[in-house]
Amino acid sequence: MNKTSSNSLSLTEEQAMLLEASREFCRKKSTIEDVRRQLDTVLGYDLNVWNEMVDLGWLSIAIPEHLSGSGLGVNGLVPLIENMGRAMLGTPLVSTVLAAQLLIRADAGEYSERLLQKIVEGTPATIAFLENSDWGDTKIRCEIGSDLTIQGTKDFVDDTMAAQIFILPLIKNGELVLALVERQQLSDNAIFPHVLIDQTKRSARIDFSGIKIESSQIIENGRVEKSLSDVRIIGALLVAAEQAGSSAACLDLVVDYLNTRKQFGNLIGSYQALKHPTVDMLTMLDASRSFIYHAATIISDAPIQKDVRVACHMAKAQSTNTLTFTADRAVQFHGGMGFTYACDAQLYIRRAQWSQQQYGDAEYHRSALAGIFFDK
Amino acid sequence: MTNSKKELEEFRTEVSAWLGDNKPKEPGFLLPQSFMEVGTDQQLDFLREWQYKIWSAGYLGLAWPKEYGGGGVDPVFQTIADKEMRRLGVPICFNIIGLGWAGPLIKDIGTEAEKKKYLKGILTAEDIWCQGFSEPDYGSDLGNVQMRAVRDGDEYVINGTKIWTTMGNYAKYMILLARTNKTTERKYDGLSFFLAPMNVSGIEAKPIRKITGEYGFTETFFTDARIPADSIMGQEGQGWKIAMQTLQYERGAEAGHAGGLAFVRVQMDDLIGQLKSAYRNGKPLLDDPIVCDQLVSLIMEEKAISLGDKRTHIGPLTSDYPLSLPLSHKLRYTEYARRMRKLAVNLQGAAGALDVGDDSALEGGFWQKAYFQSFSATIGGGTSQVQANIVAEHVLGLPK
Ligand SMILES: Cc1cc2nc3c(=O)[nH]c(=O)nc-3n(C[C@H](O)[C@H](O)[C@H](O)COP(=O)(O)OP(=O)(O)OC[C@H]3O[C@@H](n4cnc5c(N)ncnc54)[C@H](O)[C@@H]3O)c2cc1C
Repeated sequence: MNKTSSNSLSLTEEQAMLLEASREFCRKKSTIEDVRRQLDTVLGYDLNVWNEMVDLGWLSIAIPEHLSGSGLGVNGLVPLIENMGRAMLGTPLVSTVLAAQLLIRADAGEYSERLLQKIVEGTPATIAFLENSDWGDTKIRCEIGSDLTIQGTKDFVDDTMAAQIFILPLIKNGELVLALVERQQLSDNAIFPHVLIDQTKRSARIDFSGIKIESSQIIENGRVEKSLSDVRIIGALLVAAEQAGSSAACLDLVVDYLNTRKQFGNLIGSYQALKHPTVDMLTMLDASRSFIYHAATIISDAPIQKDVRVACHMAKAQSTNTLTFTADRAVQFHGGMGFTYACDAQLYIRRAQWSQQQYGDAEYHRSALAGIFFDK
Repeated sequence: MTNSKKELEEFRTEVSAWLGDNKPKEPGFLLPQSFMEVGTDQQLDFLREWQYKIWSAGYLGLAWPKEYGGGGVDPVFQTIADKEMRRLGVPICFNIIGLGWAGPLIKDIGTEAEKKKYLKGILTAEDIWCQGFSEPDYGSDLGNVQMRAVRDGDEYVINGTKIWTTMGNYAKYMILLARTNKTTERKYDGLSFFLAPMNVSGIEAKPIRKITGEYGFTETFFTDARIPADSIMGQEGQGWKIAMQTLQYERGAEAGHAGGLAFVRVQMDDLIGQLKSAYRNGKPLLDDPIVCDQLVSLIMEEKAISLGDKRTHIGPLTSDYPLSLPLSHKLRYTEYARRMRKLAVNLQGAAGALDVGDDSALEGGFWQKAYFQSFSATIGGGTSQVQANIVAEHVLGLPK
């Protein structure tokens, strides 16, 4: 038991600049009207905005300098993604930077480097983590035969509609490997899009059976398993950052309504039954932000150690609670208006429902923490 | 003022060595865990001597000016000294109402005469201070206090009752909020603030027995008590403003504390260490996933608070609601502390029903007592509910 081994929290100049610039960008490019316009499009985001993000270099932030990135690490992504969450800006950014992390951490051989180059230029990529709906089940069952033909279906593959590069954990001769599949190798009728509760997000079930790849498209080495587990925990951190941003926006929505709506002759914000839970939203949000920036202080390109793992687990466990609570109360505190599709509270409660599951719910992360603290 | 790393490190080593040599032995009676628990003369004498010793060694009031008994150096030295005191688990500095609230107030807004008269005695523990704000009928509604102060020549005549006066029976001075004018339009405008001597006739401090069965605060009766007119701080009618500033120090939202430990900190590590040997359903307690989950949630709360203390100082990470972390600190910390101690008792099995005094009680009933004591901080200094109102109104801008 050694829970407080690291308590660092600081912000580098680069992080501060990214925080400010991305906040401004998201505010301008992703108003709530913009967000609503994308809800029923196929991709779920505006390609022009994506291209601007690419031009700003956001996709190369966490790519090391020797691979022609900016070398700021995952640390640099956290402020950006927090602001995207605040503006509910749905793009394949999280999926793509995670795919890049996996390529970097597991291999960065020639084929990977070529894909990383494409990613920096704006080609969306994604990792097919799941084969069922249990984030706690890390056993891979999909296989690739000795003739390099894939057998199996992956589920809940984020940003399938946008992605051009798919990274699949597979079993080859009993060993965990990663297969790099490109979009043109997939037939349209192997893709079964999900109807997601968060309409700003996209995912699908994909049947990869029968796809034959080249040996250069396979990563098999001693780093695969650790990298995959590291990228899952980074995924948890990035979703936590996005949740913290969405929680902040949702809190603003609540505060605004409590300061304008009157009943019984008083602003409803004067009633403590609403006022005090709103303070709880704020203190939970404060905890979320402290955890995500703590993680963003200590995480690095190195293989993830215990301290960082603890920080990411805490960030996701807390931010899930923060957003599910804030969004749930936001609906209630808007009365009849809160029950409508027109009220923005629906965007946040849907984001809450979707994001609580991504990379494991709060209970999953707390139980992982118990394992770490109590030597289980 | 910048201080080299080396200089600070040397200071740390020096304090550490001194504390190692001078840390008092277990006195054979229970030592207070916080300044609100000083209930016997024995405890008082012991703590008074200890505070004097720390001050004489030069480890208290380090950042207060030299001419008033302080050390006149950068606050970072006091922070280091406090950290070492905490690390080495030495007894508390009990004169907190002086060191932490009245002292900083006098230092920041007092007259030269007031600083000369009061500051040093606070540090040496010669002068014990208490706070006369709450009254039987007005606690949270502090702006409504009714104690009367009527000017008569070069004295004020005080009548009325204060209550929950921590160390009221030991104090030499009281920071006192009283009404000098009954006819103001706003209730706040009739209040004045006094640095009142307690050793005048007409003041009676009657100890009140606390929830723990011990003593620590008093009901304090004023019957035609006469105090010098120059014991008023500022002008008549400024009492509310000064009282509010005092509460800023008290709630930790404003710096200036002379230093020393106000309370013994209990951490999740301490609790978990004790639970390692506990059993439930015939198995080690820490095998129970529900218990583990409760503990993990509290570890997270504890860590969020200490990370929040760091984030407070990072402008770009507090820009949404800049006052949020400082103004909600008391609420978050005291509520966490209460729930943590509550769980600690809950997890003891049948032994959780034992009180201080039973030989079989875990750690002499430490957690039982700590749980009860934790309410002193969720009620005293402004209740959690009132703190939530303050955060809602002053941080989020919600209506009264
Ligand atoms: C251990 C201890 C030491 C103390 N030491 C001192 C001291 O040295 N000097 C001193 O002056 N005082 C001291 N106090 C008193 C303390 O400041 C008051 O007890 C506190 O301000 C609450 O006032 P009250 O007791 O009158 O409770 P009340 O104000 O009557 O409150 C009763 C309940 O109503 C709630 N409530 C009241 N108003 C509101 C509101 N507007 N919105 C929502 N809920 C509300 C409260 O939260 C509480 O739960 C001490 C108290 C304790 C417990």
